Amino acid sequence: MRTKMKLVAWTLGSAAIVGAVGVLSALLSPAMAAGASRPLTGTFTLADGIFYAVAALTVAGAAAVALSRNILYSALGLLASLLGVAGLYVFLSADFVAVAQVFIYIGGVLVLVLFAIMLTNRIGEVNISNASMGWASAGILCAGLLGLFLVVAFDVPWAVRVSGGAPTTAPMGHALLQQWMLPFELASLILLATLIGAIIIARKEIRAD
Amino acid sequence: MIPTLSHYLAVAAILFAFGLFTVLTRRNAVAVLMGVELMLNGANVNLVAFNKFVVGGLAGQTFTLFVIVLAAAEAAVGLAIVLSIFHTFKTIDVRAADLMRE
Repeated sequence: MRTKMKLVAWTLGSAAIVGAVGVLSALLSPAMAAGASRPLTGTFTLADGIFYAVAALTVAGAAAVALSRNILYSALGLLASLLGVAGLYVFLSADFVAVAQVFIYIGGVLVLVLFAIMLTNRIGEVNISNASMGWASAGILCAGLLGLFLVVAFDVPWAVRVSGGAPTTAPMGHALLQQWMLPFELASLILLATLIGAIIIARKEIRAD
Repeated sequence: MIPTLSHYLAVAAILFAFGLFTVLTRRNAVAVLMGVELMLNGANVNLVAFNKFVVGGLAGQTFTLFVIVLAAAEAAVGLAIVLSIFHTFKTIDVRAADLMRE
């Protein structure tokens, strides 16, 4: 009985959130209602096939993160998803961001996540900690949001004006040290604070006596 | 179908939806953090795609770089907190951590 009430409440809440976002986006982009033709022409090349393969890798990895019952498989799915996103960056001619994605996310964050999994999961109960609040209600909310995003992505007539293509590393270095100087220094300050904070939070206290 | 802006937006939307699903359904704090990383990646793909197809220049890519750096910082501190919670409560169920002391 209580779970049924919970399900109804979650469904209503999800519908409210999705409806609110939908109304807001409809208000903000009047072009959505008008509809427009989408420029989809040209022939299918090998690069397009590779794009779809990379996108499929990304989506499959994300699905593994969300749906796998074993947290280690979730971490492997995260690896696939992050690699796929790096490939998407390459397709978007953002070479420096792609390399940074591989270095920082796969080399740093993923290793941290794996360490945390190994340190916190006792071997015997790897599978226990997953079942949780209704898959149904979360699925309703996420499917609604996803549908909304897809409608926005495919129906809004974006003012497409393709640019870029040159190597971006040198221009981005200049931009970081000229236009984005203050955020750059703030980021380094945040990283220093993170370093100290993570050490202080995670260390074990050893008392003298 | 030649990949256009809409395709990148669709992939990003799917990433975001799966990340939100992970955050909502998991009780394991590490898995919740992984869901947050997925959502951040979806937002990043959107930024870079709009940078290439609509805005031009480098602002979107630079912002993506900052988001990646902050995500790394967030993961480091978040996982340190998870380890601390594990030492204190002997579990990483996010519902068990309801006190700020032992």
